[in-house]
Amino acid sequence: MDQKARVKTRAAELSARFQAAGAVPVETPLLLPAEVLLDLYGEDIRGRAYVTSDALRGEQMLRPDFTVPVVQMHMAHGAEPARYTYAGEVFRRQEDDAARANEYMQVGYEVFDRENPAAADAEVFAVVKEALGDVPVRAATGDIGILAAAVAGLDTTERRKKALARHIWRPRRFKALLDRFSGRAEMPASRAKLLAADAPLDHGYPDIGVRTQAEVAARIDWLREDAQAAPISAMQVELIEALLAVRETLPNALEHIRDLAVDMPAISEAAYRLRDRIAAMDARGVDVNTLGFEASYGRTSMEYYDGFVFGFTVEGRADLPPVATGGRYDALTQVLGQGREIPAVGGVIRPGLLVDLEDAA
Amino acid sequence: MTIKLGVPSKGRLMEKTFDWFGARGVQLSRTGSDREYAGAVEGVDGVELVLLSAGEIPRELAAGRIHLGVTGTDLIREKLGQWEQQVQELAELGFGHADLIIAVPGCWADVDTLDDLDAAAAAFRAEHGFRLRIATKYHRLVREYLMDAGVADYQLVDSQGATEGTIKNLTAEAVADITSTGDTLRANHLKILDDAVVLQSQATLFRSRVAQMTDAERGGMAALLETLGLGG
Repeated sequence: MDQKARVKTRAAELSARFQAAGAVPVETPLLLPAEVLLDLYGEDIRGRAYVTSDALRGEQMLRPDFTVPVVQMHMAHGAEPARYTYAGEVFRRQEDDAARANEYMQVGYEVFDRENPAAADAEVFAVVKEALGDVPVRAATGDIGILAAAVAGLDTTERRKKALARHIWRPRRFKALLDRFSGRAEMPASRAKLLAADAPLDHGYPDIGVRTQAEVAARIDWLREDAQAAPISAMQVELIEALLAVRETLPNALEHIRDLAVDMPAISEAAYRLRDRIAAMDARGVDVNTLGFEASYGRTSMEYYDGFVFGFTVEGRADLPPVATGGRYDALTQVLGQGREIPAVGGVIRPGLLVDLEDAA
Repeated sequence: MTIKLGVPSKGRLMEKTFDWFGARGVQLSRTGSDREYAGAVEGVDGVELVLLSAGEIPRELAAGRIHLGVTGTDLIREKLGQWEQQVQELAELGFGHADLIIAVPGCWADVDTLDDLDAAAAAFRAEHGFRLRIATKYHRLVREYLMDAGVADYQLVDSQGATEGTIKNLTAEAVADITSTGDTLRANHLKILDDAVVLQSQATLFRSRVAQMTDAERGGMAALLETLGLGG
């Protein structure tokens, strides 16, 4: 049997397994309206997805993942709770690494359930883990919700918190903003000059473009207000940094985060959620004592995940993409639900990588 | 059997390239009428001049249809993925200097840095319901640069020419373009962000890593590079 047929067969087996776990098989289009994906992910998605177009439907994207169409389908006419599985090709533009596949199979398992988030997280993780069998992979977990809670609890202005929350998935800008808001980084000369100016709008340039002078004035007002606000305290910055550095086994990570919560009560709720999830995973037979937790996990690659995140990577092969990844994406259902929302969590396996690993065993 | 040397087919870039080779003992010239893209090479044997648009030279090098080519670093990096595996930089020619920069309307008194651009983009999207548009023809370079810098809530719109005019025409809010003196930007009431040089480019001689060569052509290449002072 040729490799592609074997991968398809393996995908069908995984899908059957997910169906046995209670998921309903669903199909989605290969071509998705680009507008929805661009609106969600921004320009970054253009670097990762193939875009095509016609005069009638405009820009279309070759399905870069299943999550968005499955969520849309569920929000349009899904009953609750729901479990879905899908199997099919996704397409990823590769401009910098010819060794990475630009077309591969994904098999997914998604749970839409508002009753018990901890149990749903544990279910998805356990179902995906069991499906991977004995192949030599290393699991990592994280929780974007803890960092988001820490940011929301900072003793500073709402606008600063909003600016930081917006960049949770962009660690570099997040750090730059934190340095700026805490006074650790000096204000750029241009900003100092602007704030010192009596009439910054007397700049001598004609008013051109869509962005109005009223918008410019509003931002200058905010910058002035921000310059008056007290810096975020060094202690709070250190707490955020200590939180981001947590990287231990799950039980130790929980202890560590609880210790941090003494000085950062805003993350207490998120710590309880982590505790409940660990208990739910344990109840599902997952060996939580050896499972890793990294507070920064998932910050760079998975923008729509906003709670629990996980991935399974091949041991000793940092060059390979993860065999399976997943996480919670409650906010995505809000954005796509047009006023409705439902907590959701899911995971995907790459059967092509799984077959390679099984062959190598 | 000849070594094919790709050179920009018109304008200052062509003349400066001819001068650079001439100063090193290789005379390049156009032959025939002004409209005919044919050329001659003197001073070294076995080299053929291929006159091309500067924008096509990266593709021709990557395809191995020319062995050597003169074009801007900006074009090589925009058009070729993993460019270092496809072409080798032999010499910077010292002209055709240009920076790929990001510019915004001068009337944006509040925006001078990438940090400002990012914050303005967030507010713009909330106000207008769409992402702040940056007009450019350097999609890959600009996207990678802004992704790396952690700028969000923007979109790139394609502009293959007269990019500076897009803001006044209300089809973009900012531009990312090549500039050498900044005159065109100033004339269009734009200012360059202080900290956003995406790439510094100049005319550069590249060698294709994929073009096939016979032994005779290999000898010709060695002789040419020797004459140009790039041997050894």
